[in-house]
Formats: sequence, structure tokens, C-alpha cells
Amino acid sequence: MIQRPEDRLPTISPRLALRIAVLGFVALGLFALVFFRLWYLQVLTGDQYLAEARENRVRELRIQAPRGDIVDRDGRTLVTNTQATVVSLDPSRLPQTERDLAATWGQRAGRREVLPKGQRGRPVPIPPIPSRELRGRFESLGRVLDLGAEEIHSRVIRSLAVVPYGDVNLAVDADRAVLNYLSERSGDYPGVEITQRYLREYPYDELGAQLFGTVGEISPEQLEQERYRDVQQGTIIGQEGLEKSYDRYLRGQDGVRRVVVDAFGRRESSDQMKDTDPVSGRQLRLSVDLRLQEAGQKALREIGGGLPGAFVAMDPQNGEVLAMGSYPSFDPNRLTRPITQERYEELYGEEAGAPRFNRAVSGSYPTGSTFKPFVALGMLQSDQIDVGRTINDGGSITVGGQSFQNAGGQAYGSVGLVKSLTVSSDVYYYTLGLQAHSVDSDPIQAFARKIGFDRPTGIDLPGEFGGTVPDEEWFNELKGLEQECREEEERRSCGIADLDALWTAGQTVQLAIGQGGFQASPLQLATAYAAIANGGDVVTPHLGREITDAADVTLQRIETDPARKIEFERPALEAVRQGLFGAANLPGGTSVGIFDDFPSTLRVHGKTGTAQLAGKGDSSWYAGYVPGGERPIVVVATVEQGGFGAERAAPITCRIMAEWYDVDSECSGGASTSD
Amino acid sequence: MIDAPKPSPSLSAALRLPFDPLLALAVVGLGVCSLVAVQASSPDELGSYYVVRQAAYFLLGLVLAAAVSRIDYSRLRELKYGLYALLMLSIVAVLVFGSVSRGSRLSIEFPFFSFQASELGKILLVVVLAAFLTDRSRRLDDRDTTARTMLLALIPAAVVMIAPDLGSATVYVVVAVALLFLVGTSWKHFAALGALTATAVALVLVAVPAVGLTVLEDYQKERLTAFLEPSADPADAGYQQAQSQVAIGSGQRTGRGEQATQTRLDFLPEARTDFIFAVVGEGWGFVGAGLVLALYALLIWRAIRVLTMAKNLFGALIAGGIVAMLLYQVFINVGMNVGIMPITGIALPLMTYGGSSVISNLLAVGLLQSIYAQGREASARKGRVAAT
Repeated sequence: MIQRPEDRLPTISPRLALRIAVLGFVALGLFALVFFRLWYLQVLTGDQYLAEARENRVRELRIQAPRGDIVDRDGRTLVTNTQATVVSLDPSRLPQTERDLAATWGQRAGRREVLPKGQRGRPVPIPPIPSRELRGRFESLGRVLDLGAEEIHSRVIRSLAVVPYGDVNLAVDADRAVLNYLSERSGDYPGVEITQRYLREYPYDELGAQLFGTVGEISPEQLEQERYRDVQQGTIIGQEGLEKSYDRYLRGQDGVRRVVVDAFGRRESSDQMKDTDPVSGRQLRLSVDLRLQEAGQKALREIGGGLPGAFVAMDPQNGEVLAMGSYPSFDPNRLTRPITQERYEELYGEEAGAPRFNRAVSGSYPTGSTFKPFVALGMLQSDQIDVGRTINDGGSITVGGQSFQNAGGQAYGSVGLVKSLTVSSDVYYYTLGLQAHSVDSDPIQAFARKIGFDRPTGIDLPGEFGGTVPDEEWFNELKGLEQECREEEERRSCGIADLDALWTAGQTVQLAIGQGGFQASPLQLATAYAAIANGGDVVTPHLGREITDAADVTLQRIETDPARKIEFERPALEAVRQGLFGAANLPGGTSVGIFDDFPSTLRVHGKTGTAQLAGKGDSSWYAGYVPGGERPIVVVATVEQGGFGAERAAPITCRIMAEWYDVDSECSGGASTSD
Repeated sequence: MIDAPKPSPSLSAALRLPFDPLLALAVVGLGVCSLVAVQASSPDELGSYYVVRQAAYFLLGLVLAAAVSRIDYSRLRELKYGLYALLMLSIVAVLVFGSVSRGSRLSIEFPFFSFQASELGKILLVVVLAAFLTDRSRRLDDRDTTARTMLLALIPAAVVMIAPDLGSATVYVVVAVALLFLVGTSWKHFAALGALTATAVALVLVAVPAVGLTVLEDYQKERLTAFLEPSADPADAGYQQAQSQVAIGSGQRTGRGEQATQTRLDFLPEARTDFIFAVVGEGWGFVGAGLVLALYALLIWRAIRVLTMAKNLFGALIAGGIVAMLLYQVFINVGMNVGIMPITGIALPLMTYGGSSVISNLLAVGLLQSIYAQGREASARKGRVAAT
């Protein structure tokens, strides 16, 4: 059988066989290559890629936890939250130059802050916008938000100076149309974010404004602090006031929403990730009584006649602050929204009387005659005088060639301890001061320190003034500071102290009437008077009473430091109390008539004070208390440059007490011209 | 299986022709993997839209392949001019009437079907070149043979480049070179081809752009070089490469199954087509990707075996061309999925979603089965002749 050529089996030539073999090896090689690459990707480095894939798909969004409310002692809401739409700028999307500018500006502004008020000079100017490109960005954004480019720049600088990476708030509660416009064109406005946030809301506007303080994003320095150990970056924490003191209760825990997104950042519906729900903060119940606070602020405003001042009302038994106010005040609601620098200065600057400054706690004042009871107690307790000691008050006394007179120039004749307080005889205390100066143990200063004029009271508010009790050591320290300052600044005088002056009897004499370098805060004075009222307990004042849940159920009582005990000699204490009672009730008393409408069961004790400050008008002071019973109270009031104590501070005190005891009184009777 | 065939070809005889079961197994296995992967990469809201269509393409392709496997491929040798004309007509028609998708004019839209001529063209070119080289098998040392073969491939390659479809163009060239190699062309000719290519590349990349003409579009250059440094910009080719690697790597040993995100949530664009291998890699891990690679290895092995047992040179060359075509496409596609090859838009044979690709490749498998069947038939006859 002959085979046709096309049916002939192809004999595989050696050449073809070789080339098929080459093809086979090439195939083998390629498969091996791919296979090992696959092995490398999936088995050797798979973990890395899995992490990367997870990162791809999961976005963590912070869910802000609402902070706890702050309520008064009866549960009335003083601080709460409101939700607002915030337009903000993510600083990481800003050029580095802008962020550097903010840091430099912040340093300069910070250096200025620590200087004494008189020497600060002009505020540090905001530097110009660093680049044309950034100006263009700010301008186009400004057109949408109705802000100038310079204004946006200034907000960015000021915000970044405080919190370098925190979002810069540009507008709160912007128009719906503006929000829509921005979110639709997010690509045109890099870094602009629109978020829902909780803002603090203050239903009673100016009420207790200086107490609550502010909230803000946690700073990098704070993140490293032990007290913020478990706080995440970006959390809003209390930065001042009670918000800061009780932050760990008020703060709550921000939640996290983990969303699965696709490559375009769109949320996937098949979202099975676990969210962590936000835990809202606890409620803080204060010892403050809303009505008393209202009455106090109203009295301070009306009677103070627009002059700066402060008041404190406290339970002398346990240090619970019932009301505390400072004038001028402000509406904290305005501070939760961004405002211009000019507007801020206008509302909160020094020109506006620094309304954010809490004079009741941070103010440092000579307290005038209100200090006298402690001079008397110091001298009695150290056995320098006895209760029966009388002094002939001829209206003046000469010490070291210098004549010291009674306020108003009156002469009270023979004055004992009780009468000295009732009529407020300066000569009596000048005499005690002169006597004390000759004793090495400094009995007045020692007692002033014992009762707490040399240290902060420990109230649950930051920024407390610790007081100044002048003595020779203090005097020399001041001279040292003056010397240092002159050498450093190369000036002829820094105005801190007179280097040629010596610690003389005249200064102790001044101290004896609450002057001569003596300085205390109204709160310190209230604490000291509370000790007289309660018989020797130097209490720790506090505003926070308890932590409750949203349903007002107490979760935790706030513990305060126990009171320091002072052993009073009974006759001495009784004599001082008698003198203070007389001042408010008996003929010749410095504040007699003011409390006339009070029933005799309410035994008002009180001491006026008129403090002199060089170059300024006299400041009006009053410190009073009503002891015993279920509702004891101690009140201190002061009006800067408000004249005699009985003119303004005493009526303010009277109004507060009247509100507390529900007494119907105008508190306008009488007005002594002596202090 | 080696039943005595009837001497005259009839339908019943054709049905009784043998076929390679391992080759069939590899193809069916890849088909199943393809359907599973296509379903896995479909967004939930589309349901089974893609998988149903892909299954239909497979069924149609299998029917056509079965038909092809029952006829004697040797007849195709006579049709070589007609086939080449069909090849050129179809790819030119696509250029003229085709619809544009993502910047390329690759297919003609028919109702229910869009025809991507360059895919079928690969098979047509294999047959045409095999026929041409069989004709010229005695004049292999003639430079003319090599030159004409290359020309036959370069003309359609140039046409699909206009589309632009760089991937298919390279397949055409690779097929031509592989066939020249198998048929026994002298090394000198390859050396000359290499030199020519180097000159051409230098011209295209340096000289021509210097006078301001564009041969490679910017995006093509970018895609070709992106694998050297994948970046994170979703708009560029490096992003795809990076996301593909993340997808495959994150599959680890056994895959993420339902938890797969890269390929499900659009992080990896074109997961259903060019990056179907990444879908398998992410969803079923090293086990799944390894299985797919093993199926391809089986396919290539069986195809090479078919090549060795073809009854004539024409059949051997067709099989060789198909081996080269499959091997090249598998390597380039998987290579770009795992990040060792540039992104060229070459489909993964039998896996990538798409009718033209699936049906063309199944036709190729049909041809392989035909060569197998004819080879077995011939050797059986020879064996019997020898026996008598």
C-alpha cells in the first residue's frame, strides 16, 4: 500500500524535536517564574498586602460624643450642647509656610502674654499671606463664606498657633446654600470640611460665664500628659474653667464609625463593620444656686454702676460655692463661634475690662479693713494683746515721723476690740501693727498665713491667685526682682520696688488695715471669714458637687480636701464675732442700716473695707456672714474704685443674702462714710 | 477509543473520532474557574448578569469547538487566502465601524454581542501562517520566507495598533516568531530580525518623537513602564498594578472569600476582564491561583503533546502557533496581575470575561482536538497498515 504524501506521518526531525523541547522549557520557565512570584506575594508577604487591603477599604470616622451638661444645685441646666454645621479647614492641606508662620506668630504672641499688662505694647501683628497661590485659595473660599482672604488667613494663623494641627473653624451654621455649594465642589476647595459638631450652649447667657471656661481640641502637649492618657487625638476637651477641672467626667468617649468604602470613597451598603458608639459625658452638678447667681450678678451690675467687681457666696460649713460672679461679664455663646480678631478684642480685650477674667478667684486686691479681724485674731492668738485691751483713738497715730489717720478723720476715743471692728477704728489697728512690728515672730503675718492668705484656696477652678502676705523677706525679694529687672532691661527703674526703702514699722502698720502690699482674692477672703463663721475650719471651696447621669441620679459625690483646723481661743473668736455683728447691726456700725429689713433671727455679721490703690479711687469691700441654722452663708463682694465699703459692696452683699433668705429688702438703708 | 474508523468520512464516523480528555478537562476546569471568578467580581446589584453571559459564551464556544474538532483541519490549508482576507476585513471593519470604549476602537456592537475582531484574528493568523510556512517548508533558508511571514503578521498588527490595541499586535508578532522558530528557521534570520527590531524600537522611541510624530500614545508608554514603579494615583496605570498586587497578596494562602474587597469594591478597576486572575488570587488565595496556573500548565502541556502527534506539518504548526499564543497571553496577563509584566490589555485566555476572547480561544482548543483526532486516526491507520 502506497501512502499519499499528505497522509505521511511527519517524521519529527531532530531539529523540530529540539525546538519543541526549547518551547517546552520556555513554557516551564515562564510558569515557574509566575508561580514563584505568586508564592512571594501570597505566602511570604501576604500579611502586608492584607493590611494594605484593609486600610484601603476601612475609613474610621470619629463620632463626637456630646459633653455632659453642667447644672446648678437644683438641676437647672447652665451649660448644654447644641449641634451645628461647621465649615472648617484641615491644616494638613495648607502649605508648610503658612503653618510655620502660625508657629512663629504663636511664640511671639505667647512671649507678650507673660509680660506685665503695662509693658506689653501693641499686639503682635498677623504676618501677611505667604504666597499668591494661597491668597487665591483664601479669596475664592472667602467669596463663598463672605469673609475676606485676610480674615481667613488671620483665623488660620491664630487657630494654628494654639492647636497646630486642629481643624480651623471658619464658619458655624453657614447657609444651607453655602454648604451645598461647598460640598458639591469639594475638589475646588482643598481641605475644606463640613461636619456636624456639638457646640457648647449657655442658656443663661452671661450667667456664671467665667466659671465654665472653654472647650477645644486636645493639644499635642496635652496628649502626652498623664491625665489625658486615654484621650484620642482630635478629641474636644475642657481647656479652661470647670470644663477643664471636671473634664474627665464631662468629656465622654468619642465613638468610631468604621465604614467600608470603595475606591472612590463611596460608602458601601454592605457595611458590616462594628461601630463603637460614642459615650456621652456625665453631668456635673454644681453647688451654685441659679437664683442666687442671678441675684448676685444683677446686684453687682446695678449697684456696681458699671465698675469692675466680683462677689463670692459660699456655705461656710463645707465650702460649697453658692454663687460667684465677676463684672464685666460676657456671653459665652459668642465664643463658640468664630469671630474676627477685632471683634474679639472689642468684646473680651483689656479695653472691654477683660470680661473673661474671673476676679473672684484670680483677682488680687488689697482688701482694706476687711482684713482687720485677722489682725485682731493674730494678736490675740499669739497673746500679744488680750480681749480687754483698749486704745485711745485720737483719730491719728504717728509712726516713724509719718502720720496715719482714720478714714474720714474721725476719732473714736477709747476703743476696745469689739468696738474697733464695729466702728472700724484704723488707729486701733495701726497701734496693733506697730506693736506687732516689734515682735520677731511676725504674729499678723503668721496668722494670715495660717488662715490661708498665702496660698490658693484649692477651689476647683484653674488660675487661682494665691495671695500675698507682706513681710521683710517678701520685701527683700521684691527688691531683688527690681535689681534683676534693672540689670536685664538696662532701665533706671522697673517700678517693682524702691531699692533704697527698708522694711519699716510703717509697712506693718499698713498691713494691719489690709494694705501695704497685702493682696488677696475675694475667694480667699470668703474662706477666711468662713473660718470665723464656722469656728475654725478653713474649708476648701468648690463648685462641683456631684457627678450624675442624664437622669440626675448621683453617680459620685465630689470629694474635696478636708478643712484645715484652726484652734481659736474662744473669747477671742467671740469678741471678733461680736464686733462684726455690731458693725452690721449696732449704732455706729460701719454697715448699720443696710440689713435693717432682715429678721432678728438672721444674725448678719459683716465688715466693710475701703482699699486704697496708688493712683486709683478707693475700692469698696464687704465681707459678711450669717452663721448657724440650715442655710449659713458667707458673702464677699468688691467693686473696684467703688468708694467706701458701705456704698457698694455692702448693699451687694445684702442683696445676695436677701435672695438667699428670701428677705424682701432694697438693701439701700444707711451709708457710712467711714470704712 | 482506537476503534476502527470507517474509511469514508461520514457524520457518524466523525462523531466517533477520538479526543484528548485531559485537554478537555483543562478547558472545562478553566471555564468553571472563570464563571466563579466573574461572579465573585460582580457588584451585588448586578446579580448574575455577567456570569450568565459568560456561561452562554462558553456554551456557544464549546459547541463550535466540538464542531471544529470533528472536521479535518487540513482543509483549512486550502482556505488560507480566504482566511487572511477575513482577518484583514474584520479588523479593518472594526476600525471603521467599531465603537469606542476607553479610548480604543476594539469591537463592533451587535445586538447582545460585541465582536472584537482582533481576538478571532489571532486564531486566523495562526492558521494562515501555518499554511504559508507549510507551503514554504522546503525554502526555509530563503530570507524571503522569513520576511514574508513577518510581513503577514505585521500588516494586521499595524492595523490593530491603530485601534489602538497594542496587546493583540504583540500577540500577532509573537505567533509569527514562534512559528518561524518551530518550523526550523535559521538562527541567522532571528539575529537579523532582532537587529531590525532594535533599530525600529530606537526609531519609535527616540527618533520619531524627536521630529514630533506620535507612534505610541502617552498612555501606552505609561502602561508599558508603569510596572517598574507602581504609584498610588488611581488615574494612572501604576495604580492598577499596585491594587492588583494588593488584591493577590491579601488573598494569602487560602483567600478572603466573601471578605474580598479589592476586587469587589472597585479598588481594582477592570477586575472582570484584564485582572480576573487577581480576583481568583484575592478570593481563593495561593490555592486558587495555583489551581488556575496548574490548569494552564495542563492546557499547554496537552497542546505541546498535540503538536508532537500531528499527522502533518500543517497541524503541528497550527498547534505550535496556538501553544505560543496561549503561553504568551497567559504569561503576560498573569505577569501583569502579579506585577512583573507591563499592563498591555491582553486577556487571560478562557478566564477573562468577554465573548470574542472566550469563543476564539475555544475555537483554538477545537482545532487542537481536531489535530489530536486526526493524528490518532492517522497513526491508528498506519499501525494497522504496519500490521497487515
